[in-house]
Amino acid sequence: MPDTRLWPLSLAAATTVTALGAGIAPLRRALHAREGGLRPSAFPGGPEDIWVGQVPEVEAVELPPELAGFACRNNRLAEMALRSDGFAEAVSVAAARHGPDRVAVVLGTSTAGIEETEQAYRQRDAAGALPASFNYAGSHDLQSLPAYVRARLGLRGPAFAISTACTSGARSMLEAAALIASGVADAVVAGGVDSLCRLTLHGFTALELLSRGGPTRPCAADRDGISIGEAAGLVLLMRPEDGPPGAPLLLGAGASSDGHHMSSPHPEGLGAVSAMRAALAAAGLTPGEVDYVNLHGTGTRANDAMEDRAVHHLFGDGTPCSSTKGWTGHALGASGAVEAVIAMLCLEDGLVPGCLGVSMPDPEFRSAVATANAVRLLRRVASNSFGFGGSNCCLVIGRAA
Amino acid sequence: MNCWICGVAVLGSGLPGWAASEAALAGTAPWSPGDVVPPPPPLLPPTERRRTSPAVRLALAVAAEATAGIADRAALETVFASSNGDGAVVGGILEALHAPGSIALSPTQFHNSVHNSAAGYWHIAVGSVAPSVSLGGHDGSFAAGLLTAGIAVAARGAAVLLCAYDLPLPAPLAAVRPTGPGFGTALVLRPAPTEGALARLSLRHVAEPAPAPAPADALDALAEGNPAARALPLLRALAARRPARIGLALSADMHLALDLAPC
Repeated sequence: MPDTRLWPLSLAAATTVTALGAGIAPLRRALHAREGGLRPSAFPGGPEDIWVGQVPEVEAVELPPELAGFACRNNRLAEMALRSDGFAEAVSVAAARHGPDRVAVVLGTSTAGIEETEQAYRQRDAAGALPASFNYAGSHDLQSLPAYVRARLGLRGPAFAISTACTSGARSMLEAAALIASGVADAVVAGGVDSLCRLTLHGFTALELLSRGGPTRPCAADRDGISIGEAAGLVLLMRPEDGPPGAPLLLGAGASSDGHHMSSPHPEGLGAVSAMRAALAAAGLTPGEVDYVNLHGTGTRANDAMEDRAVHHLFGDGTPCSSTKGWTGHALGASGAVEAVIAMLCLEDGLVPGCLGVSMPDPEFRSAVATANAVRLLRRVASNSFGFGGSNCCLVIGRAA
Repeated sequence: MNCWICGVAVLGSGLPGWAASEAALAGTAPWSPGDVVPPPPPLLPPTERRRTSPAVRLALAVAAEATAGIADRAALETVFASSNGDGAVVGGILEALHAPGSIALSPTQFHNSVHNSAAGYWHIAVGSVAPSVSLGGHDGSFAAGLLTAGIAVAARGAAVLLCAYDLPLPAPLAAVRPTGPGFGTALVLRPAPTEGALARLSLRHVAEPAPAPAPADALDALAEGNPAARALPLLRALAARRPARIGLALSADMHLALDLAPC
């Protein structure tokens, strides 16, 4: 039986901005056409010889003048998402119905507007001070993201930033469910936004975890690392009876900690298994009732091997699984939210998007890794996210009953 | 929504642990400022212990104190709330990114720069696989953490360790985000009282600015400068075993209303 205190929730609205462009449509088209959004990096001051999933024309986005203090790459990405797929309008409808104080904002990010801080560091004066124009609270601080979205949408409910590294975007949906179940909110804007910055590009370089000379190849025998991406993924969650008829459902979510190591996953994937188990238990489902698993699938040797063991342990070799990071890159704190939106469109289209650019899957892998697209009836999709600090999260998304 | 406070800890200027600070917090003994020096966490193995920064040490010190003697410590879900996170580590990386010559970051520093590094080290320290969330909320970080812990108790019946910590940032960030002396606090919150429970706590989100009483003394005044120290009105009422109605700002236009009923 599902945990009916919390689940299911209606995914009443959703949108995403990825390297493929703004909105769900270009991502959907690219998934079907198997055309990825990764390109050789031209990010200023970034490492050479890597590919990234950079969102086109972020710099040209203007925030409303009254919110100019929030200007930074991350909030421009958020703004692009708010303008896509009728998302801001759907939130307005919810706010009008329930009251703006009953709509909360819980958004994940790992680096918020730190790209703005990097620019400010380059403009330090002779004494080392940052320029007077630098707005710390509006950009660098994690709260800049939920505060911007809350102000932009005219909401008055609680707003805070989740920052659990690469699970942030998925994890925000657990907090959203608890806000609704505990009676604090009637609707929640959840998801995540993360933007390209030198800190993450050079940081992952230092860890020797970036794919070199080409795009990431998750689950490939010759995979050699991550391609970093930037993205926004937003969902509007509410009780099913409040959501539009036919909207997909967040059937359950689960989380766990590894308690093992700061940046290496548990080799047997124990934390991953318990997060997936918790999500299935929340949804009241058995593994056999899941039709496709969207992997965290970062393209590193360690993550993909661990995840294969964990997925095989629960789902065996009958449930197709794949990573879609070959299209979007790894959008870190936004990835879980982007992949929740991908899960929704896969359900709608009956699409299993096989891993991109994989000529030979890792022969050691035992789970059913898809490397070509397939069309089949999908009723439920599980989506994994794992992160530094041993953070694990799994979402289970299904078609409307 | 309601929960029970079943454990508490503090580490801040002139507040060297809960037992040693109770009288000063309650106002029955004088308070005077003092250095905040978080100790290396004895719960971590030596290799991990060496890698911990002052922010992680501060968080782990209060998490350990609040859960000392609790049999199910590793089963507690955790909420780590901080505005500045590991600002020293992030600041060090920003310096390294802008140093003349080629960029060479420390891989350890990079994975320690994530906002959930304190949570990661805590779960390693106590061998916990329980769910954990780390969050930020600028000056409202403690209130956001308390709300997040409260909804976990109310919605999932979870037993939760809430840990809030903030340290000053290094230059040049310190000039644009001034932060008072380091402050950490932790609470264990449960859906039902256990033996030794300290108080019953009710929480409510209010979409109006928080009432802002003037600081009554120098200890109260710490709250203004450090987001984690915004917990002081709650900690002081707990120490004095005094019922209290407290408004903690989540942002300029909303707050969390607390009703505290000591056991």
